[in-house]
Amino acid sequence: MQEHDMSWVRTEMALAQPAPAGERGLYAWVRKNLIATPSDTILTILGIVIVAWILPQAINWAFINAQWTGPDRSVCATVAQGGIQPDGWTGACWAFVNAKFGQFMFGTYPIEERWRPILVAILFVAVLVPMLIPRVPRKGLNAILLFLVLPVVAFFLLVGGVFGLQHVETARWGGLLVTLSLSFVGIAVSLPLGTVLAMGRRSKMPIVKMLCVIFIETVRGIPLITVLFFVSVMLPLFLPAGVSFDKFLRALIGVSLFAAAYMAEVVRGGLQAIPKGQYEGADSLGLGYWQKMGLIVLPQALKLVIPGIVNTFIGMFKDTSLVLIISMFDLLGVVKQNFADANWATPQTAKSGLVFAAFVFWLFCFGMSRYSMFTERRLDTSYRK
Amino acid sequence: MASQEILRGEPSRGSFINDPRVRSLFFQVLVVLLLVGSLYWIVNNVIDNLRRLHIASGFQFLGSRAGFDISDTPIAYTSDSTYGRALVVGLLNTIIVAVAGVITATIIGFVVGIGRLSQNWLIRKICTVYVEIFRNIPPLLVIFFWYSGVLAVLPPPRESIHLPFGSFLNQRGFYFPRTVWGEGNWLILVALVLAIAMAWFVAYRARQRQMVSGQRFPVFWTSVALIVGLPLLAFLLSGMPLTFDFPKQSTFNLTGGFQIKPEFLSLYMALSCYTAAFIAEIVRAGIKGVSKGQSEAAGALGLRSGPILRLVVIPQAMRIVIPPLTSQYLNLTKNSSLAIAIGYPDLTATAGTVLNQTGQAVEGVFIMMIAYLVLSLVTSFVMNIVNARMALVER
Amino acid sequence: MKHIAIGILGATALGFMASAASAGTLDTVKQKGFIQCGVSTGLAGFSAPDDKGDWKGLDADFCRAVAAAVFGDATKVKFTPLSAKERFTALQSGEIDLLSRNTTWTSNRDSALGLNFAGVTYYDGQGFMINAKKLPGVNSALQLSGAAVCVQSGTTTELNLADYFKKNKMEYNPVVFEKLEEVNAAYDSGRCDVYTTDQSGLYGIRLTLASPADHVVLPEIISKEPLGPAVRQGDDQWAHIVRWTYFALLNAEEAGITQANVDEMKTSNDPNIQRLLGTEPDGKYGADLGLSNDWVVNIVKAVGNYGEIFERNVGAGSPLKIARGINALWTKGGLQYGMPVR
Repeated sequence: MQEHDMSWVRTEMALAQPAPAGERGLYAWVRKNLIATPSDTILTILGIVIVAWILPQAINWAFINAQWTGPDRSVCATVAQGGIQPDGWTGACWAFVNAKFGQFMFGTYPIEERWRPILVAILFVAVLVPMLIPRVPRKGLNAILLFLVLPVVAFFLLVGGVFGLQHVETARWGGLLVTLSLSFVGIAVSLPLGTVLAMGRRSKMPIVKMLCVIFIETVRGIPLITVLFFVSVMLPLFLPAGVSFDKFLRALIGVSLFAAAYMAEVVRGGLQAIPKGQYEGADSLGLGYWQKMGLIVLPQALKLVIPGIVNTFIGMFKDTSLVLIISMFDLLGVVKQNFADANWATPQTAKSGLVFAAFVFWLFCFGMSRYSMFTERRLDTSYRK
Repeated sequence: MASQEILRGEPSRGSFINDPRVRSLFFQVLVVLLLVGSLYWIVNNVIDNLRRLHIASGFQFLGSRAGFDISDTPIAYTSDSTYGRALVVGLLNTIIVAVAGVITATIIGFVVGIGRLSQNWLIRKICTVYVEIFRNIPPLLVIFFWYSGVLAVLPPPRESIHLPFGSFLNQRGFYFPRTVWGEGNWLILVALVLAIAMAWFVAYRARQRQMVSGQRFPVFWTSVALIVGLPLLAFLLSGMPLTFDFPKQSTFNLTGGFQIKPEFLSLYMALSCYTAAFIAEIVRAGIKGVSKGQSEAAGALGLRSGPILRLVVIPQAMRIVIPPLTSQYLNLTKNSSLAIAIGYPDLTATAGTVLNQTGQAVEGVFIMMIAYLVLSLVTSFVMNIVNARMALVER
Repeated sequence: MKHIAIGILGATALGFMASAASAGTLDTVKQKGFIQCGVSTGLAGFSAPDDKGDWKGLDADFCRAVAAAVFGDATKVKFTPLSAKERFTALQSGEIDLLSRNTTWTSNRDSALGLNFAGVTYYDGQGFMINAKKLPGVNSALQLSGAAVCVQSGTTTELNLADYFKKNKMEYNPVVFEKLEEVNAAYDSGRCDVYTTDQSGLYGIRLTLASPADHVVLPEIISKEPLGPAVRQGDDQWAHIVRWTYFALLNAEEAGITQANVDEMKTSNDPNIQRLLGTEPDGKYGADLGLSNDWVVNIVKAVGNYGEIFERNVGAGSPLKIARGINALWTKGGLQYGMPVR
């Protein structure tokens, strides 16, 4: 029955039909994403219950019932507690955060000198932002500014004692200022130190290798608190009589050494990922060890492990909060310290202060992790051709 | 460096200084000299400082009377016990909270990690929010949250919340009846051991049978029946030798029963929640690392989504998951040292107290470091064994 | 390159070491231009920073007195807040020159920890505080069996507590924290029934609680807690300066020299006062200590005599309102006794 009665041949594509009504619009989305199967439906209901239980409470506490300004504890305490709020009131006491904001940022840094940390912060942002945007040129100059010039300028600005600036001892630093300066210096020290340690670990010299392995594994095996105890309690005994380090400096040493060990492992991952041909190519060009590493291997290896480096930074940023245990007052430390202020002691104070601190930490860490994901994607595309 | 390999055996390249072997030797000798020199300098300083300041040294203090009390004591301890015993109590407390935390964190982490890949939009979002919140807050802050939260929400002891089975919940912790075993309890223990052995045997035989005949045997339910049933039978046979010590109200607190203190509770919950966020990310990456073809093939074989996850995806994902999981377990153990901030007497806290009461900082910090190093090594060792068992057996 | 760097570091370290050849504390302090004084992280009445970060309190004022004695200027002092754990190492290592941080003078600290106590600026004893509203009917420490007790770790308090309950065959649940703020917060939130520390501390802490009026300090004193400043062993000159600063404060009070009348007193004919204030012809009291002759004048001008310091910080003139009690001068039935100047 082979009849050739195909009277026409289609010359253009048939118009695409719209998807069936059941596959379009809100309903389809809900069906696919929320109630695809019976168990899915149960999960959705469970989820809705959880959200409906937590979210209104949280919003109520943080915004609707919250007290934003006020002179003292009375605005955040109920009548029974000696305040002005009706009994049964719960809400965030942002008035406390508001009143103590200066302390949370700078600790007990003299008020008339606080323009100095602010100036440092502005400079920092001014140098950091172009560093982070890939399209801005002159990264080398920028890096020198950020990692060599800025720390020196910041040091003299913050510590003072020169150019007619009043000397501010580190014991008066506090709050976010301590958190940021500890983590920035930690980053600036741990990256090169960690790189050197990673190279040492892959070195062909057995003694150098062994020493690096021992250092890295020991530090990674103990908690940061122990390291901080070590620098705050033991380090002074290691030095000859009459020589002592500033407490802030000791915390810096502790945090940097700790971060360097973790950084070393991240960088080692990058070094291992560089194909052998790169090393051999460099050798065949007659480059020495440091030239080979500095010009060929490290630029590629570090680029590969940027996400890992940023993650280590995030971890270190969070870890700086531990210095409160050796009685230094970072952001969390200052917030905790202010709970003791009788002027603001209410049941809501502690919660509000902690939420504020959590929010600040979260903001920085989330920002960093997002940036790391952004670079990861950017580098990813450039490698996958 | 690779080039040196090629050049090995060739005649010396003119100058002695340029010989890589000589250079390498020179550098290493230099490093060793520097190291020994600075170590000598440090040790000398320490000895000098201790002598000059008349500070006692040595480990004799471990045997002397501690004089302070500890709130959580898994082994018998009073203020008459020695400093050494106080340190052991601290170490045990660290291990207890670390093990409990690891188990809970793994469970929450797996649930949340799988939840982040769920088809259900709402569940996916809730899990994402959970991960993003906890990953970006310092663990110390999480601990404070739990601690102040626990203390703020729970009522004082006189207004305890009554829970079923004679349990109570208040600011002083969670109280539940302590089991007091009477005579004949050995029989129950024997039954339990026997049941576990039998369950293992059943599982072994069932696997063999499945290999041979392809028939499956309900191993799980048989094991449950054995492990629950046999001890229960023994319990009834020996005349129910069990009484309970119920917590009772006294002047200040509840007395009797078993008490879980709020410090432990907050530390344990905080560590679990915090670490779970990281474990969730690891699990997610692990599952995504299993190629889609695997689950599609399993689907083509007629497996449902549950068994696909359990039998095909997770076993393969575990190979990716275990190494980073190990480092999370290590992190959790190390983070348990934050207990010091809320007064749970873990190793750091007790060692700190001992250090302060004796004034022997060098010895105190040294003991702390060694203990944590050993804990880390043991964890790594155990996880390495697990990893080896999970690793892909390649032909 | 790395090795060169290490070499430079090592050389710097050695140079650093050499430059810091150990000298007497007085010389070092004079060279630095200020005294580094270790204080608590915040105990009302003894040493606590105010809103501007200035340290207030009896212990802080004692540091100022020593600075006034050495430099004639009470502002030449810097404060290092220290936890209970850090305080001794900080002193031993030379990080601070003087520890004035409500520290109890004990035999162990004098002998095994390398400290040298200069005197007792506050005679104290350990007490208990409870919330009378929540625990009506408790009016003695002997009724505390079974209580949860908040205490700071690493203190003599912790040890006395264990001894006291053991001696009286009572049980208790210790709730131990590292830092004072944490103990306060835990007590205030109801985590424990009882707060124990030095009685003076209890009065100070009570002020920072949410409702101070609810809390009472029980009458029992279970220990001797002589609190005083300490210096390193092996530097007698510095120890003498600190000790005699303390005596000068007491002697000034005994002689009736106050911040207000110290300038008039300089013209006094009383040989006792003349010796003390260095107005006696060819008197050497100050010079013998390595200080100027008018050092006592400087101290009293800057911070007042012992009585004034006491009243201002913990006594009637402060929110703590602690009575002088055994801290009165020996002439008034107390224990404070300044050694004679001769």
